[in-house]
Amino acid sequence: MSSFDRLHRIRIILGAILIASCSASLLAATPNKTTHVDFGVGRPATPAEIKAWDIDVRPDFKGLPKGSGSVSLGQDVWEGKCASCHGTFAESNEVFTPLVGGTTADDIKTGHTRALATGSAPQRTTIMKVATLSTLWDYINRAMPWTAPKSLTTDEVYGVLAFLLNLAEIVPADFVLSDQNIAEVQKRMPNRNGMTTAHGLWDVKGKPDVNGSNCMHNCRATVAVSSQLPEVARNAHGNIAEQNRSFGAIRGADTSRPAGAVALVAATKTEAPKPVTGSELFGKNSCLSCHAKASKLVGPSWEQIATRYKDSTGAEDKLVAKVKSGGAGVWGNIPMPAHAHVSENDIRQMVKLILSGAR
Amino acid sequence: MFGIITPSGLHFERHHQGWWDIDPSNHRLMINGLVKAAKVYTMDDLMRLPQVSRIHFIECGANTGMEWAKVAVPTVQYTHGMLSCSEFTGVLLSTLLDDCGIDLKKARVILAEGADGSSMTRTISLDRALDDVIVAWGQNGEMLRPENGYPLRLVVPGVQGVSWVKYLRRIEVGDMPYATKDESVHYIDLMPDGQHRQYSSIQEVKSVITSPSGGQVMLENGFYNVSGLAWSGRGRIKRVDVSFDGGNNWRSADLTSIVLPKALTRFNIGWQWDGKPAMLQSRAIDETGQIQPDSRALRAVRGTKSIYHNNSIQTWQVRESGEVFNVQL
Repeated sequence: MSSFDRLHRIRIILGAILIASCSASLLAATPNKTTHVDFGVGRPATPAEIKAWDIDVRPDFKGLPKGSGSVSLGQDVWEGKCASCHGTFAESNEVFTPLVGGTTADDIKTGHTRALATGSAPQRTTIMKVATLSTLWDYINRAMPWTAPKSLTTDEVYGVLAFLLNLAEIVPADFVLSDQNIAEVQKRMPNRNGMTTAHGLWDVKGKPDVNGSNCMHNCRATVAVSSQLPEVARNAHGNIAEQNRSFGAIRGADTSRPAGAVALVAATKTEAPKPVTGSELFGKNSCLSCHAKASKLVGPSWEQIATRYKDSTGAEDKLVAKVKSGGAGVWGNIPMPAHAHVSENDIRQMVKLILSGAR
Repeated sequence: MFGIITPSGLHFERHHQGWWDIDPSNHRLMINGLVKAAKVYTMDDLMRLPQVSRIHFIECGANTGMEWAKVAVPTVQYTHGMLSCSEFTGVLLSTLLDDCGIDLKKARVILAEGADGSSMTRTISLDRALDDVIVAWGQNGEMLRPENGYPLRLVVPGVQGVSWVKYLRRIEVGDMPYATKDESVHYIDLMPDGQHRQYSSIQEVKSVITSPSGGQVMLENGFYNVSGLAWSGRGRIKRVDVSFDGGNNWRSADLTSIVLPKALTRFNIGWQWDGKPAMLQSRAIDETGQIQPDSRALRAVRGTKSIYHNNSIQTWQVRESGEVFNVQL
């Protein structure tokens, strides 16, 4: 074997090792693709546990417990436990959207709530939308009443549902709903044919129904606004200036004022730092361990000092002297120590800054 | 918000029957239905199993739902705010289903159930359950917070938030969808012919410029870093284009974050604002080739009453005053 051949063989072997290690790391990155491992954790669920938790009822009524309830039983329960949120006739729009209304005798025949296509109903009620009676039974049973879910008896759930179906004119006033006749009532649900699963938004590889354009240049002949925020909505969520950062080149608009009034807010723009800034001097001379711009720490804030000496003549000289030799009593019991080590020039600049509003 | 991770304290919240604070030592997860052996796992059990940490976005199906027909709200917080992105840690659901001996011949769906007041339930297709769904206890390096489902929630990458069942206590393997309340009365998409699309779940390719955006003010002319987020429930973001003239001309933005499947992706693009009125838009394209549509294209198929799954292009109008407005073209 020539040395070239040997080298070539080594390369092939190395390549095979690389491929093998690559696929091993791919497997490691996707543990869902590994083979079955017996972890030995968890325990069998007991029949009692499953019975307590597995209460779901499917559209084919698998899971529905035996029982029955009349419209009048349902009305009694309704008035005591349901009407306060949903209204006496399930029409209330106070807490939740209405449960009943917007369907017709014709809808019961066709299985399509016509108002959904025409848009003629003021609101879309539950009974206009729901296609499966099991949905209502399951939800009332697992979630109602809101304040005490799962507290209704099985017969009460049947009764409340019978009462709602009567309000929607799907069953008569003397009706008794039961596990025996519920499949027949399903055939009268006004929107039972109103659902479609013919769309691409369910399966992992479902096909999209709408696609955009990838045009890059001269894509639109005209650009015109068709809808904009109503003026009343501009400040409907509070002053947006207060919901944004107070610094940076993009701020929140002051929506407490009319839109036209918000010019380029040059006045509120942060000024570029001056050659020697106040904050540098305050920092260099350790002032900030006791003072801050807006809030009182050990000593008063710059703003408090500026306010106190606003109209006082000779304040600058007085304060320069006070910083230099110290003082006490003006702002409380904690004394201000002397600062003989700080240059008078620095002290004077800082006092000027404080008195000018500490900008 | 900067980058792609939402601080847990700023995560959006939607509750279906209350906000629960569960003692993890008392919490149990049951798996039953079409499995060889129905099992119960404690948190101690679950946290011993092989785990993954993955970054995914979660978006409410009704995000941008107010804007189907016309402009209704002022800022990006209200148009697109029901969106977050976190690193989630947990065990893959496929690991648990395998551990229970799922009957793959009969199984078609799973039902996920929470321990909130309503024992809230949602159906998830089996191909998805076996793909990348996580039974998660960790979020952004800490335990889930109670408002996010502590101690256990389902993470269903690419799918609307309502399916990410919080306080997860039970998984049932079944052979047909369950038509639960939140997939029969709500989270159904009304089409122009009066039919509702049921089990619509995927959050399709979408993007929005977050800075500058509605309700904000640009202080002066000159250079700006225009920044936004793009995401797709079908995979990775491949490209984001930005227009400053209402969609007439476009430039591709830089994808400046790590680009992960079914995760928020941050895009940035430089812009010299000359002080004249402008119309800002962003348009995302994902690795499957789906392109974010404008509202006209979306409405042409789905009408204006759907509420859910509005992934149309957002337009921000910059006026000469520097103030930015939510508009539709």
